[in-house]
Amino acid sequence: MKAIYKKEMRSYFTSMIGCVFIAFVMALLGIYFMVYNLSNGYTSFGSALSSISFIFLIAVPILTMRSFSEERHNKTDQLLLTAPVSLPRVVMGKYLAMITVFLIPMAVSCTFPLIIRHYGTVSFKLDYSCILAFYLMGCAYIAVGMFLSALTESQIIAAVSTFAVLFLLHLWDKLVKYLPTSASGSLITLIILLSLIVLLIYKVTKNWFLSGIIEAAAVIVPVVFYIVKSASFENLITNALKNLSLRTVLENFTTNNIFDIKGLVYYVSVAFVFIFLTIQSQQKRRWS
Amino acid sequence: MIEVRHLVKRYDDNLAVDDLSFTIEPGKIYGFLGPNGAGKSTTMNIMTGYLGATSGDVIVNGHNILDEPEKAKKCIGYLPEMPPLYQDMLVREYLEFVAELKGVPKTERENEVMRSMRLVRIVDMQNRLIRNLSKGYRQRVGMAQAMIGSPDTIILDEPTVGLDPKQIIEIRQLIRELAKDHTVILSSHILAEVQEVCDYIMIISKGKLVASDTPDHLEELVKGSETIEITTGADENKIKDILKEIHEIEKISYEKDKDGNTTARIDVKEGSDICEKVFFAFADSRTALRSLSTIRASLEDVFLELTKNEADDRAAVADTRVKKKEKDSTPKEETNKDESNL
Repeated sequence: MKAIYKKEMRSYFTSMIGCVFIAFVMALLGIYFMVYNLSNGYTSFGSALSSISFIFLIAVPILTMRSFSEERHNKTDQLLLTAPVSLPRVVMGKYLAMITVFLIPMAVSCTFPLIIRHYGTVSFKLDYSCILAFYLMGCAYIAVGMFLSALTESQIIAAVSTFAVLFLLHLWDKLVKYLPTSASGSLITLIILLSLIVLLIYKVTKNWFLSGIIEAAAVIVPVVFYIVKSASFENLITNALKNLSLRTVLENFTTNNIFDIKGLVYYVSVAFVFIFLTIQSQQKRRWS
Repeated sequence: MIEVRHLVKRYDDNLAVDDLSFTIEPGKIYGFLGPNGAGKSTTMNIMTGYLGATSGDVIVNGHNILDEPEKAKKCIGYLPEMPPLYQDMLVREYLEFVAELKGVPKTERENEVMRSMRLVRIVDMQNRLIRNLSKGYRQRVGMAQAMIGSPDTIILDEPTVGLDPKQIIEIRQLIRELAKDHTVILSSHILAEVQEVCDYIMIISKGKLVASDTPDHLEELVKGSETIEITTGADENKIKDILKEIHEIEKISYEKDKDGNTTARIDVKEGSDICEKVFFAFADSRTALRSLSTIRASLEDVFLELTKNEADDRAAVADTRVKKKEKDSTPKEETNKDESNL
């Protein structure tokens, strides 16, 4: 794992991608810091961070696009997978290298509250917890990007699909509002979502019988619940999906001044789920 | 020692490896021979743990590659068809990375990297970017990579494809040097190469092991039929007339070329040598012989016979024929390229 971590770090800085990433993040952070905090006199650095969260849409694909697709394209994955190193270690080595590169601009941004302090009063606790939340949000996004890179051989496809997925996540709150909120609408959406999951199960298991039973359950159980207590279906889907929003957590820190531990745990879990999926996707490729 | 038991690999409907079983004994050079698409690379990828088999086991020094992948992989060095090199690294940097990846202790890393570079003779190249190396040197860096960590077995997938004649000879010498300390398994679709380098040949066709033995034994399989080829100015009837006294002849086939010469292929009964008889028969009738040669059944014929049901295979064998005529070890680069494109 250490070997891969070191090699990745080195290649980020010899291939310029690491430098471009850091320069890009630093430049935008600097501009927002100047406009929000220095010119307009906001005392909290968090407000600058909350308006800059779109930065991930561009910066994360730059960082993650090559992580696995390049190895596959150059067939160097043959070296990694035939070396006496387990696959989770390979994936972790790469992931840690990426979040270390991301740590560099964040570490620099830790000096910003000190600069604000020079001109006025600052809540260090608030600012540094905002930076922490911002960093962990980035880590979750990087895991998503890494997973998408593991699915393809082309860096371009990896970058574009990462951008698309992050864009969707970025606008998640606003898009969820367009889903039906009425009880019957929620019921139908729920059944459609469950059916999609069943379709996925069928794709994986190729078992008609099993998927049929699950599908029947996925239709009957919600319908029964709906007949018994239709009121509980009001806003069901929107509320459930709203909770999945990654941006709300950052907003809790920056705008609502809440130290949202639950949210931080959520970021870390998202990162772990996607690291796990990356390992699984690599593993699966060997068997197909 | 590597044991492969009932290995099967299926891609959707396509059976790439079909119930393959063999054992690799330590200290020999093994050759996987087969036309393109016969399943050589797939087998090697499974043996090194890169791919998973549909069914069957690979056991390396007592460790199953699935149950104890790390222990099993430590015993194998692998050079895939395309050397797995990072273009933006220096040669030395790359080999140090591989040494660390393979878990060579920090104190020995330096020595290990130097040893491998010396053996494949790339010490002068150690501070070059891999991107700037020629194909031959890349192949050597790939070989250095495979031998780092002193694995018992080194697996080389088509190590000479795309190299020029001089490089091919050098790589072959390297393989022999490697074989002093390691068991070597190499794959090739070029018969001459396998015949020259390997102690033991396994012929694979359509994912099946069709023959496995030493080169000499394999040749003996078809030694029975011996053929004499003569070229002369005389016509078919005259040749028949001259040769009618020789009773060992089984069959003669004729071919007339545009200069008016006739080439006759004479099939002879098993175990008889009639070269001299043919010569004197022609001498007595005062007919000039332009050429007389004995064609002994070679490995090519074994290969042909074992894989003859497939049109693809014929093409591959025809290719190796071309190769042989070009004086075995010094084939021209063009034919080489053709082969890799087949």
